[in-house]
Amino acid sequence: MAVMTMVEAIRASLAAELERDERVLVLGQDVGVNGGVFRATEGLQERFGADRVVDMPLAEAVIVGSAVGLACSGLIPVAELQFLGFGSQAFHQIEGQVARMRFRSAGRYGMPMVIRAPFGGNVRTPELHSDAHEAKYAGAPGLKVVMPATAHDAKGLLTAALRDPDPVLFCEPLRGYRLIKDEVPDGDYSVPLGRARTVREGDDVVIVAYSAAVVIAEKAAERAAAEGYSVGVLDLRSLVPLDTDALREAVARAGRAIVLHEAPLTAGFGAELVATIQEEAFWSLEAPIGRVAAYDTPYPPGAVEELYVPSVERVLAAVRDVLEA
Amino acid sequence: MSAVRATGSAEPLRLLAPDGTVAAGQATALDDAQLLDAWRAMLQSRAVDERFFSLQRQGRLGTFSPVAGEEAAVVGSAWALDPARDWVVPQYRELPAMLRQGYTLARAVRYFRGDPAGNLMEPGVNLLPYQISLAAQIPHAVGLAWGLRHQGSDGVVCVYFGDGASSEGDAHEALNLAGVRRAPVVFVLKNNGWAISTPVRRQTAAASFAARAEGYGMPGELVDGNDLLAMHDACTRAVARARAGDGPTLIEARTYRMGPHNTSDDPTRYVDAAELEERRAADPVLRLRRHLTARGLVDAASEAELTARLKAEVDAAVAEAEAVPPPGPEAMFDHVYADAPGRMLGQRAAATGEGG
Repeated sequence: MAVMTMVEAIRASLAAELERDERVLVLGQDVGVNGGVFRATEGLQERFGADRVVDMPLAEAVIVGSAVGLACSGLIPVAELQFLGFGSQAFHQIEGQVARMRFRSAGRYGMPMVIRAPFGGNVRTPELHSDAHEAKYAGAPGLKVVMPATAHDAKGLLTAALRDPDPVLFCEPLRGYRLIKDEVPDGDYSVPLGRARTVREGDDVVIVAYSAAVVIAEKAAERAAAEGYSVGVLDLRSLVPLDTDALREAVARAGRAIVLHEAPLTAGFGAELVATIQEEAFWSLEAPIGRVAAYDTPYPPGAVEELYVPSVERVLAAVRDVLEA
Repeated sequence: MSAVRATGSAEPLRLLAPDGTVAAGQATALDDAQLLDAWRAMLQSRAVDERFFSLQRQGRLGTFSPVAGEEAAVVGSAWALDPARDWVVPQYRELPAMLRQGYTLARAVRYFRGDPAGNLMEPGVNLLPYQISLAAQIPHAVGLAWGLRHQGSDGVVCVYFGDGASSEGDAHEALNLAGVRRAPVVFVLKNNGWAISTPVRRQTAAASFAARAEGYGMPGELVDGNDLLAMHDACTRAVARARAGDGPTLIEARTYRMGPHNTSDDPTRYVDAAELEERRAADPVLRLRRHLTARGLVDAASEAELTARLKAEVDAAVAEAEAVPPPGPEAMFDHVYADAPGRMLGQRAAATGEGG
């Protein structure tokens, strides 16, 4: 066991899989000599060579689209999008090709690949670098969408994703790369896709979150505990597959729920969660489900972004609203 | 010929004149047996077009895009490949190339009948599925070629797209990457004059698509796409170059879409009748027939006999496909994931009535 930052955990997983399986190949902008703009691939090209850790032209559609062909040839590509917000430049390849190639080819061409993409706010990036676009990918049948919240899970889930027969969009929280650090086991382990993590149990209300929003949820839960409330936090870990059992059980226990994410409210993944909770646990509910999300506005420039990304205070306010309902 | 002609050459490469004669001093790489096999494939394509069109009108087939006019471009290029190691990445108007790689007519019928299994390329067949999202297949071809080379194969990938698809960003990104990685790809851009109703002059202000190759650091060649021999010659040289590790080539096959875009399209709304008449005179099948007749390889009787046999083969494939029971609800769910989320499995169970 060692304490690692999330970016170190991701790098450890990539290095281990490159070492273990010669079919694995990393490609993206600046992933080679530069080691990635966040250093997620630092040292990998030096260690595994420029044929396996490949610097690509600045062109998201062909980074993803060529990964489709690489997978058809029998390789396991790990395509890095420098930012999820620029995934829109490749959306037609991800949604229209990667996600449905297995289906389109009636099973001949599976797409064992991982698309890594940093996202999320409060790090003062320029436009489009912080957008939380996960919901539109969750609506792409054939794709799995994984959103780790800890360094432990980042390594274990990425390892699982790299060994999964289906394509995985692996979203990494920008502000968590170095701020999130926790105990990571040495050596090989994986965290199965589709199993949520109970971060803390709660009897009054459960906050359902994923990725860096889990950290906000935990802080809010602690503050609420100081006010005498028992607030649970459920980390979904992946949106597809969705752990509906864990969702049902957590809501059944608390009787109240808040869904939390960094994406705008309208058509955010929280809407899917609210709908799922009412299908799975309607009769356990003692109050309307609360939603805490970013506003229905474009992701704003840095000077106002802290007002945009859901804060501990906004989550706390929602906790009080739900408990007083 | 072994060298590439000058990129951006204004006149298309032509080995077979419209009257069917071969220019003096031009050798034809295809021997008699290969020529007759190519002839068979071109006539087969005509027979398929005719039969599929009629089936669509009878409601027995869905939307279909005929190949008519582009047979030499497709057959000439595909016959430059070795199906045992080379790959074809099609769009949707290259059935003769797909069949040569090992796809079957019966599967094609199933595909156009809307059966998901129709897009299955059997294991061992070096072929990607039909592509309907225009140009999306071009990045796949580059990745496939790169992956083959990475794993020590000397296979080459031939990817087809059209003048319309050339305007898509994917075409640019893929050509650029292929140049950078020296991927063993032969890009066959079939310039058939039309993207549904949009003429090529509204697609580009440039005089040549082949000239774009220079911008990607690869050779480009403009070829008479209605000339089987020229297409085969240009593609053979491109395949050899790719196989030798010398990288990709862009071939512009200048041809003409003699029919509609597809079975839903009415080209009389936008194609000038006189122009069409003129283009029909340059029909690649007519040109090859003149050549083979002059060589003494075919005559009216042998063609009639061959056409009858090909039509019977198409009918047999249609019968085989129509004998397959229509797909059930499980066809929507199978192959979406290898390891499917529980929620989708629950939907599958409900849709198939298998509990859940």
